[in-house]
Amino acid sequence: MNFQLSDEQRQIKEMVHDLCLERVEPRAAEIDRSGEFPWDVKKLFQEHDILGIPFPPEYGGVSGSALTLLLAVEEIARFCVTSSLILAVQSLGSLPITLAGTQSQKRTFLPPLARGEKLAAYALTEPGSGSDAGGMRTRAVRHGDTYVLNGSKTFITGGSVADTIVVFARTDQDGDSPARHISAFIVEKDLPGFRVGKLEKKLGIRGSPTAQLFFEDLAIPAANLLGQEGKGFQLAMRVLDHSRPGIAAQALGIAEGAFDVARRYARERRQFGRPIADFEGIQFMLADMATQIEAARVLVYASGDALDRHLPDVTVSSSTAKLFASDMAMRVTTDAVQLLGGYGYLRDFPVERMMRDAKITQIYEGTNEIQRFVIARELLRT
Amino acid sequence: MELALSPEQEEIRRLAHDFAVKEVKPRAQAIDQDHEFPQDLVDKASQLGLLGILVPEEYGGAGLDHLSFAIVIEEIARFCASTAVIIDVHTSVGTEPIALFGTAEQKRRWLPDLASGKRLAAFALTEADAGSDAAHLKTTATRRDGGYELNGAKMFITNAGHAGLYVVMAATAPGKGAEGISAFVVEAANPGITVGPPFEKMGLNGSAISEVRFDRCQVPSTDRLGMEGDGFKVAMRALDSGRIGISAQAIGLAQGALDDALAYARERKQFGKPIGDFQTIQNKIADMAVKVSAARWLTWATAARCDRGEAFTKEASMTKLFATDSAMEVTLEALQVLGGYGYLEEYPMARRVRDAKACQIYEGTNQIQRVVIARELLRAS
Repeated sequence: MNFQLSDEQRQIKEMVHDLCLERVEPRAAEIDRSGEFPWDVKKLFQEHDILGIPFPPEYGGVSGSALTLLLAVEEIARFCVTSSLILAVQSLGSLPITLAGTQSQKRTFLPPLARGEKLAAYALTEPGSGSDAGGMRTRAVRHGDTYVLNGSKTFITGGSVADTIVVFARTDQDGDSPARHISAFIVEKDLPGFRVGKLEKKLGIRGSPTAQLFFEDLAIPAANLLGQEGKGFQLAMRVLDHSRPGIAAQALGIAEGAFDVARRYARERRQFGRPIADFEGIQFMLADMATQIEAARVLVYASGDALDRHLPDVTVSSSTAKLFASDMAMRVTTDAVQLLGGYGYLRDFPVERMMRDAKITQIYEGTNEIQRFVIARELLRT
Repeated sequence: MELALSPEQEEIRRLAHDFAVKEVKPRAQAIDQDHEFPQDLVDKASQLGLLGILVPEEYGGAGLDHLSFAIVIEEIARFCASTAVIIDVHTSVGTEPIALFGTAEQKRRWLPDLASGKRLAAFALTEADAGSDAAHLKTTATRRDGGYELNGAKMFITNAGHAGLYVVMAATAPGKGAEGISAFVVEAANPGITVGPPFEKMGLNGSAISEVRFDRCQVPSTDRLGMEGDGFKVAMRALDSGRIGISAQAIGLAQGALDDALAYARERKQFGKPIGDFQTIQNKIADMAVKVSAARWLTWATAARCDRGEAFTKEASMTKLFATDSAMEVTLEALQVLGGYGYLEEYPMARRVRDAKACQIYEGTNQIQRVVIARELLRAS
């Protein structure tokens, strides 16, 4: 049992950390305030090959290791969660292609994503089907060499800036089994019939555009069908196994960022003639925060290691990491605001933003209620 | 990073698991109800080599790592925390200080018998008035006739009365706090030792905890561990390792509780279906499983860190705090899943709740763990 990161993993983690400390952290408050997608950060990540981390070298990437990706997401999220989503969504949107694509599809679509020339997105959720993903209504009907797509998607992270979007749709219109009637398609934004709807206003992750997508008689080449027709739901579930640890890593990073601010403040802030860190009430808060963070860290890294080793039971380890780390991040960021008192509540300090950003990690990539359901189902089955 | 057990670790897990299922499980209920020290299980564990896990091979032990130690304690604690704590205390705070701080001569004298289980070890630090504030000991060790004379009383001593030797902390320079403390190995046969009757406790009924008194107890200089004044350091290092053991014990308790809750949720039918079909039960199961998993990974990571020879004081405290708080929450929640049956002493769940509470208190209360963690966090830049 070796808990130490490889040299390469440590180097990437440190590189991302240093880069984000210098270039992203100073931008984080402004990104949040403006609510605009940070193209400058995207460019920065592209220049430093950070967007290539989810991809193996054979497709133009620099790693392909799940754990290495988690380390990078963690380090970005420590300073700016919105920016971490650029990388996380690049991974999420390309995962269906990596997992189910043909050689030809991978060669066509992955290299531009790995080089950061194009951005990816993942379109599963609809207004009427969130946790119950099988109940989607977007449909794809085959006409010769194309599938004609009609419907809409909502809550699509990066949907307005993405070039390559994996869209899930019903291919069997009368089917009542999600395991048989859903298929996945690679959709490019230039295709006629693709339209981006309104961008949502959100509690947090404000620089990450959350879009509605509309498809009106959008003709997709049949060659862009991912995997077998009717097997899209299984693919979506496999993608979630791989993507949930990314949210967990994000949550871990937010919590670490909030903890660092809280610890610094506790040392500097003086009341009753001494630093508030001298008071046991504050010490115990810091001890609990740090302990929760360390517990989450091993779970998150273990979930990445499980993916890298292709273990059979990644559903439980991925959901476990996501559930624990995101609940942890909510507690730790809330405590950080509390520890900074009135200043914590002000926009002048980053912890209120971190607390707002942490909330989403409990919701997306499957709400934590769904994670509990998934974990219990797996445990009760065996 | 490669988070797979080594073949050696898998093997010791299988060995400990088989022992726990075949020998410990059938005895656990009686040990608790009769308040019986399970000498038979200690003997059987000795025959399997489970008492010498951390002792180097040259002194008759298995020479395994702390992760293996954690695995063994967890497997036993799944069925009987009393048996687990006897072996844990013997192995970590009892025997390890001799392996770490003893001279070659001391190791040759004591370790083989401790590794084989011929003798059990105990650790005597706590006093009636010195619990969390362990540096202010009243037990004294005064130089006399080329040796030391120990006087004082130790409180809450696990394995008391069954141990063949005690690692004892006493003040050689009273009033000097931590720097005035020295560690000694005192043989149980020493006429200066008196062991009080075992205390009646809330749980861990098979584990004997007593007061141990030293009255003009003569100890030769050759039985001092480390230099004079090293005692507090010896004790703190022993406790760091001991905290891995207590964490493992807590995880075993929680895993056992989760196992039983899962089995019950599958079988118990209400409103025409297994209660495991209800989301409120599913949520409890998921939350329990997540805590157990996090606690185990944290413990293993800390054990691996200890085995790499890195400082692990903060990590040991975090692990102990997290694992034992989790065990308390998980055992209580699992009892709730079993409803009225969970409350009956006929089933092991109530016992687990009683046993789990001790884990939050001994080897440093969880409040002291937070003090240690915060001190380490605020010390670093």
